[in-house]
Amino acid sequence: MAVDSQLASWEVFMQSKPGANYIHAGGVHAADKNMALQNARDTYTRRGEGTSIWVVPTDAIVASNPDDNDMLFDPANDKVYRMPTFYTMPEGAKAI
Amino acid sequence: MELLEKTEEVRRELLKHFEEKIERGDAIEPRDKMPDAYRKHLIRQMSQHAHSEVIGMQPEGNWITRAPSLRAKQILLAKIQDEGGHGLYLYSAAETLGISRSEMIAQLHSGKAKYSNIFNYPALTWADVGAIGWLVDGAAIVNQVSLQRTSYGPYSRAMVRICKEESFHQRQGYEIMTTMMRGTKDQQEMAQDAMNRWWWPSLMMFGPHDSESPHSGDAVKWKIKRHSNDELRQKFIDKTVQQAQVIGLKIPDTDLKWNESKGGYDHGAIDWNEFYRVISGNGPCNKQRMEHHKKVHNEGAWVREAAEAYRMKQEKKLIHL
Repeated sequence: MAVDSQLASWEVFMQSKPGANYIHAGGVHAADKNMALQNARDTYTRRGEGTSIWVVPTDAIVASNPDDNDMLFDPANDKVYRMPTFYTMPEGAKAI
Repeated sequence: MELLEKTEEVRRELLKHFEEKIERGDAIEPRDKMPDAYRKHLIRQMSQHAHSEVIGMQPEGNWITRAPSLRAKQILLAKIQDEGGHGLYLYSAAETLGISRSEMIAQLHSGKAKYSNIFNYPALTWADVGAIGWLVDGAAIVNQVSLQRTSYGPYSRAMVRICKEESFHQRQGYEIMTTMMRGTKDQQEMAQDAMNRWWWPSLMMFGPHDSESPHSGDAVKWKIKRHSNDELRQKFIDKTVQQAQVIGLKIPDTDLKWNESKGGYDHGAIDWNEFYRVISGNGPCNKQRMEHHKKVHNEGAWVREAAEAYRMKQEKKLIHL
């Protein structure tokens, strides 16, 4: 008998209603994409939690390294002019 | 020697950074650096939690074919499917710590990993299905609500999802008990008998008293655990006693009494000898639960093999297109 396999790991993303962002729900194990979709449906949408599912092989996900957080995410802090509150609007201007 | 000192210094620095993060209330995510002891504690706790969900399907599964109505049968099937789902959420959350599901199942089968002691008791009558939903799931909810704020992100998120689903489980159990308490004298006795057998094991689900709990120190410091065993047990008792009174069930504890000064109930002594007897393998169903899990796991191996074979065949087809 072959070595017991729990099948490959997949990540599941769910859209809660049409137009919403897809949000990570968790993982499933499956041999192929159809089984992954079916398992994701059975595991994560038993109560109408979603209208659409994405499944992605776990090893296809590229994640940033927390060690790089300063380099990746800090620069935004010194670019306050990207925020609308940076600008002073003239008194009396409406709907802006 | 110098290198060793250096490593030790780095280790201390990392631990300090980690604990500051915990202190701030930040969640820890899979790729963050974490102490080995934190990772180990989580793997132990989360895999035990996952195994409990799956093993917990057995006592109730025993009643699917004998549910008293089609309605009851549909509900029970849905509940048991949820438990399986909860096991899967937790396995996949635990996998983010670098352990595979195969390893976790192997550890369950070898006895290295445990599951909740409560499932080593049998579900003897239909009233037991009610008692399990109301008391066992009720106790689990108290614990899981607290774990929604656990420090490890994937565990916390799995808990949020599980808590949303659990309250249906508890309500269906309480409804079964209510129906029986409004029924014939025999049905009332059956409900009380289930209550008598499940009450104490449910209190034991929260684990040893705080003074005796071997895993609590770091777990509290690292915010894996947000409330102590005794705090959670107290919470469960305080809300359950009232529910029992409403439907006329007696709590099988002659020492139970309201303590005005603490605003909660005092309860009688828990028989920890029984707890340790059952947890060390001598409960009524330990052997049966593990044998059943192994049997079904092994009998299902061909399905997993067939699914792999099918995938390989499909991939080959694609190459030859």
